[in-house]
Amino acid sequence: MMHVQKSLKFAAFALALGLSATAASSADLVIGMQQEPTSLDPTADATASIDAMMTMNVYEALTIIAENGEVQPNLATAWKVSDDGLTYTFTLAEGVKFHDGTTLDAQDVIFSFERAMAEDSVNPSKDIFKPIESVTALDAGTIEIKLKNKDAFFLFNMGQGDSAIVGAESVATNNAKPVGTGPFKFDSWTRGDRLTLVKNPDYRDADAVALDKVTFRFISDPAAATAAMMAEELDAFPGFPAPELLEQFEADPRFRVNQGNTEGEVILAMNNAKPPFDNVEVRRAVSMAINRDEIIDGAMYGKATPIGSFYPPHGKAYVDLTGVYPPDTAKAKAMFEAEGVAGQTMTLRVPPFPYAMRSAEIIQAQLADAGIDAKVENVEWGFWIDEIYKKHNYDMTIIAHTSPNDMGNFARGPKYFYGYDDPKMTALWESISTEADPEKRNALLKEGQELLTEQAVHGFLFQLPLLGVFRNEVQGYWTSAPVLYTPLKGVSNG
Amino acid sequence: MMYFLIRRTVGFIATLIAVSIVVFAVMNILPGDPALTILGMDATDDALAALREDLGLNEPLLARYFGWVAGALTGDFGLSHSFRVPVSELISERLAMTISLAVAGMLLTLLIALSVGIYAASRHGKAGDWVTMFISQLGIAVPAFWLSILLVLLFAVNLRWLPPGGFPGWSEPVAAMRSLILPTVALALVQSAVLARVTRSSALEVMRQDFTRTARASGLSQRRILWRHVLPNALVPIVTIVGMQFAALVTGTIVIENVFYLPGLGRLIFQSIANRDLPTVQALVMLFAIIVVTANFVVDLLYVLIDPRLKARA
Repeated sequence: MMHVQKSLKFAAFALALGLSATAASSADLVIGMQQEPTSLDPTADATASIDAMMTMNVYEALTIIAENGEVQPNLATAWKVSDDGLTYTFTLAEGVKFHDGTTLDAQDVIFSFERAMAEDSVNPSKDIFKPIESVTALDAGTIEIKLKNKDAFFLFNMGQGDSAIVGAESVATNNAKPVGTGPFKFDSWTRGDRLTLVKNPDYRDADAVALDKVTFRFISDPAAATAAMMAEELDAFPGFPAPELLEQFEADPRFRVNQGNTEGEVILAMNNAKPPFDNVEVRRAVSMAINRDEIIDGAMYGKATPIGSFYPPHGKAYVDLTGVYPPDTAKAKAMFEAEGVAGQTMTLRVPPFPYAMRSAEIIQAQLADAGIDAKVENVEWGFWIDEIYKKHNYDMTIIAHTSPNDMGNFARGPKYFYGYDDPKMTALWESISTEADPEKRNALLKEGQELLTEQAVHGFLFQLPLLGVFRNEVQGYWTSAPVLYTPLKGVSNG
Repeated sequence: MMYFLIRRTVGFIATLIAVSIVVFAVMNILPGDPALTILGMDATDDALAALREDLGLNEPLLARYFGWVAGALTGDFGLSHSFRVPVSELISERLAMTISLAVAGMLLTLLIALSVGIYAASRHGKAGDWVTMFISQLGIAVPAFWLSILLVLLFAVNLRWLPPGGFPGWSEPVAAMRSLILPTVALALVQSAVLARVTRSSALEVMRQDFTRTARASGLSQRRILWRHVLPNALVPIVTIVGMQFAALVTGTIVIENVFYLPGLGRLIFQSIANRDLPTVQALVMLFAIIVVTANFVVDLLYVLIDPRLKARA
């Protein structure tokens, strides 16, 4: 009897605490995020999760990039390009209001560009504004942008978070209370826990927005992320941190696992400015010593596409160069011996990302087989970006380059951490970035890929996949990510 | 007693000054640049220079340190480099969470450890003693994060009784309490395993003493002997360990907050160090130092309360 009473008491207690699971309204979406930003302003902070949450949801830009990578109209409903490719005339959407009630007009666009281009600008991609000569308003709804030189990526870059159009009245507090023109309004941010957006009823295309409320929850630990998905605390985890844990979601009928593309090329970077990697034969030997399939199997559980140069496999100009340096340990070893570097010790300094740390262990073993003693040093991000990226203090490192159209990295000369200085590549990139004709540009991009492979500038490993877990009810999510944002406008939940 | 208090206060202030210098020096020696961390790999040199100027990183080191000290003395801990809001705001919005977790963890630790420890001592050499000590040995060996994951899998994923993590805030008291249950248990189980063993051995020591035998001989019940005579006399080593454990609990929340994605100070310090956010790290480390030093101070005071003989020596 005692026991019955106790369990009844427990049941009442359980009810009082609301222990039974409650289903959320289907117009709500809860999204898991691994990385929490410290600011919410994509025009002043490079953190990728700012773009993931804010860009094209809260903030908008003149153009928007579609899932297939195409440039489409956004705040600019149309544009004209002059015959010399130097003058762009944008027509702004009418009746657009910022979330604080102020009206968007040409002056806001001018303000946003001048802020990004100013001497004291802290825009994380200030380079994309470099080609701009002037920004003027022809009338309240028309903007004319003149360029100093042709820029093939200009319209694409105008659709990135760095180019978001912000209001002069709200820009000072955008880091904590973002104000934009997008389909969702910022609602609240409990730092360390969650960030909430609500539908913007005044959005110009409000009928196309299915969700009323979007909550981002910040969960960095992969095991905790798995538990939160399994317990259905979350509806989606679009950037799932651990490929090794995906199997249980694939086996569970409640969930859908997505493997899509990103613009992130993962490379084994070699310091081209420093011996022995200033010697192209040594770099070629490294390219032969590494076995991509083993790396992808071991580090990514098979969920990645190999690359043979520095260009995404889903891109229109892609050429498959993965066969140029077939894995051949014996040949690599002979080459290392011929160049007198066999048995040398070098450092492989790795940033704290699972893809990099795991790849490093496998590459270390592969290099050891070819007679090179690579010492793996795991460093944290603040250290990496200062010591390796800025001060070039490294022999080898592993990093994903996540920006689109970033072959220009190889044209940055010795100032950039690659230490790669090749006038041929610099000239080639100059023609790529000013070539307006897509066909011709793609031909040049192919040339670029071939040159980088021929020079074996780095060990080209694989394209970083976009791995996501979704409850079946969640529809309309992008499966691939040509940019750092994911518009939630077309997403629904059941 | 007065001398004791003055000595402790001087020690307290000296500790804080030393901590502030060490944190400042370490954060500056450590490779890393807050401006670069914020603006990332595509940042241009002039943008980095502009942000550094903006953050006040171009001022000389000593000027920055004394500027910080002057601010801290008036309660102004400056602006966070990465969040760009006052550090005091960042800390105050998270303090309640971490303190709730640490205090709940401490209470549960005491409850489990004292009961188990006294029980094991009373069953000295019998099966009950062996079983509880075996379990506590396991508890010491198990890392808190692993135990946390097991608890989440059982109670959140399979049974669905409790949330797997997160904290809704004290404005929803019931939901807040529910979300603290698993982290508190994870925090307390490991800590109480240590404390239970200390309690047991300390109690056994007291039980061998003459006054316990006298109490037993005078016909007092076993329970009364244990809780009224043995435990109070066994408290000095227990309190010492509890004082050390409170500090461990506060720092242990860093791990627990990560696994249960709780918005507490532990996650904040983690993020701030990664971002080289000196003002935030500085303030947080000072806060942790104050908590630890205060805990030690309270332990010293407790000694005097527990054992009046120490008063003369103090």
